[in-house]
Amino acid sequence: MKPSNVSSIDWLSVFLYVLLVLFGWVNIISSSMGDSIESVFDISQPYGKQALWIGLSIVLIIFTLAIESKFFERFAGLIFVFSMLSLTGLHLFGKTISGATSWYVFGPVSLQPSEFAKAATALALAMYISDLQTNIAKWKDQLKAFVIILIPAFLILTQPDAGSAIVYAAMIFPLYREGVTSLYLSIGFGAITIFILTLVLGSVFLFILALALGILIYLFNKNKKGVLKYVLLGIIGISALSFSVDFVFYKVFKQHHRDRFNIVLGKEVDAKGIGYNTNQSEIAIGNGGWLGKGWTKGTQTKGNFVPEQHTDYIFSTVGEEWGFIGSFLVILVFSIFILRILYLAERQKKQFSRVYGYSVASIVFMHFFVNVGMVTGLLPTVGIPLPFFSYGGSGLWGFTVLVFIFIKLDSERMNA
Amino acid sequence: MRRLLLIILVLLVGLGFTARLFYLQVINDSYASLSINNALKIKYEIPQRGYIFDRNGKLLVANQPSYDVMVIMKELKPFDTVEFCSILHITKEKLKKQLTKAKNYSTRLPYVIVPQLTKGEYAYLQEKMYKYEGFHIQKRSLRDYNTKSASNILGYISEVNDYILKKKPKFKSGDLIGLQGVEGQYDSILRGIKGVKYFQKDRFNREIGSYKSGKIDTLAVRGKDLTLTIDIDLQEYGEKLMQNKRGGIVAIEPSTGEILTLVTAPSYDPDLLVGRKRSPNFTKMHYDSISKPLFDRGLLAQYPPGSPFKTINALIALQENVITENDRFHCQHGYYYGRNRKMGCHVHASPLKLKEGIAVSCNAYFAQVYRKIIEKYDTPREGITRWRNHLRSFGLGGFLGYDLPIGGPGRIPTADYYDKIYPQKNWRGVTTLSNAIGQGEVITTPIQLANMTAAIANRGYYYTPHVLKALDGKPNIDVRFIEKRKTTIDSIHFEKVIDGMEQVFTKGTAYFLQVPDITICGKTGTSENFTKINGKRTQLTDHSIFIAFAPKENPKIALAVFVENGYWGARYAGRIASLMIEKYLKGKITMKHLEDWVLTHDLQEEYAKPYSGKPFKINQ
Repeated sequence: MKPSNVSSIDWLSVFLYVLLVLFGWVNIISSSMGDSIESVFDISQPYGKQALWIGLSIVLIIFTLAIESKFFERFAGLIFVFSMLSLTGLHLFGKTISGATSWYVFGPVSLQPSEFAKAATALALAMYISDLQTNIAKWKDQLKAFVIILIPAFLILTQPDAGSAIVYAAMIFPLYREGVTSLYLSIGFGAITIFILTLVLGSVFLFILALALGILIYLFNKNKKGVLKYVLLGIIGISALSFSVDFVFYKVFKQHHRDRFNIVLGKEVDAKGIGYNTNQSEIAIGNGGWLGKGWTKGTQTKGNFVPEQHTDYIFSTVGEEWGFIGSFLVILVFSIFILRILYLAERQKKQFSRVYGYSVASIVFMHFFVNVGMVTGLLPTVGIPLPFFSYGGSGLWGFTVLVFIFIKLDSERMNA
Repeated sequence: MRRLLLIILVLLVGLGFTARLFYLQVINDSYASLSINNALKIKYEIPQRGYIFDRNGKLLVANQPSYDVMVIMKELKPFDTVEFCSILHITKEKLKKQLTKAKNYSTRLPYVIVPQLTKGEYAYLQEKMYKYEGFHIQKRSLRDYNTKSASNILGYISEVNDYILKKKPKFKSGDLIGLQGVEGQYDSILRGIKGVKYFQKDRFNREIGSYKSGKIDTLAVRGKDLTLTIDIDLQEYGEKLMQNKRGGIVAIEPSTGEILTLVTAPSYDPDLLVGRKRSPNFTKMHYDSISKPLFDRGLLAQYPPGSPFKTINALIALQENVITENDRFHCQHGYYYGRNRKMGCHVHASPLKLKEGIAVSCNAYFAQVYRKIIEKYDTPREGITRWRNHLRSFGLGGFLGYDLPIGGPGRIPTADYYDKIYPQKNWRGVTTLSNAIGQGEVITTPIQLANMTAAIANRGYYYTPHVLKALDGKPNIDVRFIEKRKTTIDSIHFEKVIDGMEQVFTKGTAYFLQVPDITICGKTGTSENFTKINGKRTQLTDHSIFIAFAPKENPKIALAVFVENGYWGARYAGRIASLMIEKYLKGKITMKHLEDWVLTHDLQEEYAKPYSGKPFKINQ
């Protein structure tokens, strides 16, 4: 790393990153300690291991910053191919842990290639979009971009790890930013709305509603001929989607999938069964009150009531032990961090850096949104970690590499 | 717009999450209590219940360990159910039912399979316990009685029922509560304060350590010991004398109001209401509507007082200045009033002065005295009201205010009461003439009569009767019981009546009941009573009543004795009164013949008469 680059590093982002990682560790200690604790560096315990992963992250950061930024741009394709191969190779050499073949195990170290695939995909997408021959406004090029995104999503889905696959939906944001038509986003949001309405109201009711609305629009519109096509298209589209949602939900989904949605929609309250996680997590957060129970003092946390509390449900520890004030600050720091990355992305001269930065912000945002939404009972249970917070080496390193590649790119934005 | 979309989304999501957190953590506080139920286990340390002593420091009630057989279903291994059931004296079906209940309750937590083993069951089971994996024995505390008497005073303890749980939220299911007697009256003192220990639970409901290092835990405080005013020797003696009879004995120390004995007959061994046998025994006694062993006759039975009431009418007449002690009244084997109406009397000399009137219990004498009291005033209404006020000052006609949870008010009729009976309001003094001799509308409880006797013994005042003498060795300083309550009668009038009561023993109705070396003042009483047999009002043999105090100067004991259907006053009640007084003052019985008579005579035949279905004769 050249000395001149040190001053051009965005220290605010680094500071926020360090804040999130360390506060995450503090909460991992609390949620994974038993009655007593001998040393926070006890390597046999999750908190000790996480300390080690954090230490190794520093090495990873120095290594990432030492590499010339051009390397990432030049080798993005190769990195992507290598990453996809590592995902494919899981089916041959991977280890299955709790139902998902997501891990390579080398002696005491396990690696989860899907955590690194996010950075690789972001690089590949940035490279493709910034390619002079690519015109992302064209639908053919858009299709290629979608292929880049869908390959890792599909490979991860086969593990199966639906949660990690959903994250790739975040890539719609950089595409939109770079000029892809808003139709995709609108259809996406519309589909989600129809999906929820179908579950709440039922597809038949939704069909009648769409029909009624269509007739009204047709009757009160002067250009009856011009509007007829769109009205019919709308009604058919909505009904088709709604009935297919109905079909998928009741015929394709398994009961435990259905339950996850039903709990969030308030259709089912089953505090002992499938709703247990969400219910216990809400109780833990609610137990925090204004100021929280204090570090390592949370009764829900100590009683291990929330499963997976040091990994996916780490935010419930924050809620119980640091209260509204503490969890609000975490929300605030995450928001500032994402906005800061977005701000940095916008100031890039090179499209490659901008697209990559935008992807970083989108991926972190997607994780944050889905994870905290799940832990606070707003979204269905989707098992993905909270960036920088949740226990796990691969996750931490994946996000560290993702973020620091961009910090490196940003620090050299003037050089290019 | 393309640049702004994600920024807006980030801000919206941040705001949304903040709102959600605010709702969960600040607005909705049900989560905090959910968490306590969820994550904390509260264990109570039940303190030793206070001991109960008699006035001389004899231990009456202590505690004994009791043992519950518990099960943890998860640890249960197959076992010999036949042997297990035979040791515990339960049926196999019962065991099966309990095990199902335990399973439904929890597989990891202990559940009571058989509560409160007897010592014998426990000793036998303990040797075999190694065979029954998954079962264990939990120790509890039960009452241990050192006396077979005084069950009506001591009361009993019981597990709180659903009704109490709903009414008093500080009780938890399985807690013990004192019911009746001093156990009920002084429950909060005897119970002590529970210790509370908080434990952190995990999601399997297992304890994983103390909560907050035990900083908010509290220690149990042992219940206080009670010293009662009861003399247990006298109490036991009284119950012995009352065996095979029905009625009550109430004895009070006049100078303090302390209740020395409170006998009700028939009674029961307090040990019958301990532990597992409590429920069947209680049910049995509760449904015994004939002898009513749970009915405390000393406190609850309301009878016409009969002739002892004459003493107080004499005092009122003296106070109201309508007679002097030397005024003579005629008796023509009774007293004629109105149109050919007569209040009967027995054969004795006539005319009589006050003292002889009391000694021979002349009805005619007191009928005339009573008329003078009522007719002194312009209207019978005013006369009755004045008369009643005097009686109220003796604690009659209302609750006495003693420290036991049950009682009866008795009745001293008011003018309004007679207005109701005689709607034309044409009643006069003579209409209420039965009041002169303690019959008719006047009703008292034995403890009211005893208290009245104590007030006479004190020559004009009494202390509210009570059973608590000391708390943890410190004297009872409840103001209700150390305040002197003055009657409306001047003390100079008492000596004349007391002389008459002394003559009851020297030349009156109780001449054969004198105790050597003790001057007793008393008054016999015979109370007519009726019952309904097949809806027909039928007279039964009279109740035998007696009041007395002794010695005449500086009295140590005042008592009232009531024997249902014991015929005349001196026959049963008088004998018992003399024996009780001798026992208390001398500590021994010299009049063996009297004691033998009482112990060998029983009234079971008399009590069976109304239930025999055949015609019977009374007062034989």
